[in-house]
Amino acid sequence: MSPPIGLILRLTMDHSSFWRPVATIESLRKRAALLAVVRKFFADRGVLEIETPVLSHASVTDVHLRAFSSQFNYPGSNEHKTLYLQTSPEFAMKRLLCAGSGSIYQICKAFRNEESGRFHNPEFTLLEWYRVGYNHFQLIEEIDALLQVTLNSEPLDIITYQQAFIKFCQLDPLTCSISELQTRSSELGFANIAENEQDPDILLQLLCSEVVEKQIGQRRPVALVGFPASQAALARIDDTDPRVSCRFEIYFKGIELANGYHELTEPEEQIQRFNQDNIQRKSLGLPCMTIDEYFVNALQHGMPECAGVALGFDRLCMLALGAEHINQITAFPIRNA
Amino acid sequence: MANFSTNEFKAGLKIMLDGEPCNVLENEYVKPGKGQAFNRVKIRKLISGKVLEKTFKSGDSVEGADVMDTDLSYLYTDGEFWHFMNNETFEQIAADEKAVGENVKWLVENDNCTITLWNGSPIAVTPPNFVELEITETDPGLKGDTAGTGGKPATLATGAVVRVPLFVQTGEVIKVDTRNGEYVSRAQK
Repeated sequence: MSPPIGLILRLTMDHSSFWRPVATIESLRKRAALLAVVRKFFADRGVLEIETPVLSHASVTDVHLRAFSSQFNYPGSNEHKTLYLQTSPEFAMKRLLCAGSGSIYQICKAFRNEESGRFHNPEFTLLEWYRVGYNHFQLIEEIDALLQVTLNSEPLDIITYQQAFIKFCQLDPLTCSISELQTRSSELGFANIAENEQDPDILLQLLCSEVVEKQIGQRRPVALVGFPASQAALARIDDTDPRVSCRFEIYFKGIELANGYHELTEPEEQIQRFNQDNIQRKSLGLPCMTIDEYFVNALQHGMPECAGVALGFDRLCMLALGAEHINQITAFPIRNA
Repeated sequence: MANFSTNEFKAGLKIMLDGEPCNVLENEYVKPGKGQAFNRVKIRKLISGKVLEKTFKSGDSVEGADVMDTDLSYLYTDGEFWHFMNNETFEQIAADEKAVGENVKWLVENDNCTITLWNGSPIAVTPPNFVELEITETDPGLKGDTAGTGGKPATLATGAVVRVPLFVQTGEVIKVDTRNGEYVSRAQK
């Protein structure tokens, strides 16, 4: 049955200008120029540009990420196999590191099945790179150099996660109890979330994005270092303080720009973290994710000591162009993709 | 009343917060690359009129508010309640002083007003954008002034005080914009 004619007319009227790009052609030119600057930056430093598949047979276990998936018929089989669009190129890039690629970078599309917003489009561009032999502080220095070249920014500040929370939330994130965290969150205006939340990491993430992030990095970029071990993701744990991981984030003008690690290379610990994610997924009623065995096999083969970071290229563009919304620097955002 | 998840929040949605019906004005999605997503929501409380920002955990849901707007004609006040009528069903509704609030000064008999109902009871009364009211008192002003510069205060039949041009006199009916309380013109006869 076809829809009533009135509905068809209304739809075509509403969408009549949707074919047009949202970003101006001028913005797209500036975006292209920024890409060229980034490529030159890495070429000058001898970092190899690589490409890895956007579609993969496995995805991530991260509780807070949802991957898009599709079905594929492998040649010679009538069986449908699920393939996932990458949420980041991390696993594939690390497989190259394990195979002896040396330092590498990639500018690619990543996909996250989540809402869109000022700083989010479900399909977005990541600049991700790995430096063999670096720790995260050496990598932060290189990020600083890249930001100075692309944004003309002042040298960045480094602040620890603990210092930032003590300064802006009057709370020590490494020693506080869940009840102290709930009380402080309520006092700061988040009682509706704090009252029912038993997971300290959720409340720390709340305070980080709603209090800390709004205060730091306004004048110059800032690297927030030493995230709690419980939020290590794929970073190693600090040798000198087991409460802290070698994970950092870069913020500038209220924008979360990059997330990086002194990488975990230990396969057993990595598998344990994946399993932990799946246990948490189960308790939240989310589907368990198959662990990417190619990645695990690569780690078992051996990953060189390295540091890596994923930087949101769209957000870098927003900062470079002074854009208020990601759509201003995206030709066709999800609404008219 | 149905529950609404944060991803259904959009401008105009009516939800319950701290026991008060609220109107969603804006909804911004914020998510760290690693970790929980949140929604930063701008809300207007419909009874107090206060505008505030509230953060929700993405995916959390809140109770919807049974709030609806209905167009009714103003009848009269008995001093305690203001009575309105649906011109089609002749059903009548009485709004109290709290619901009428400041807008009492723009209520003109037989004008169509928007009554906001929460669980069937009036919580707000919005007068039409323009009303016509008689001036009950204003200084005679200067006869020669026709440009309308300067202006003077005039008290209207409902007690409202607006600034009017000098040439407008007591006994005349004027048109006023109720959204900003400003004089628009003399009423068309």
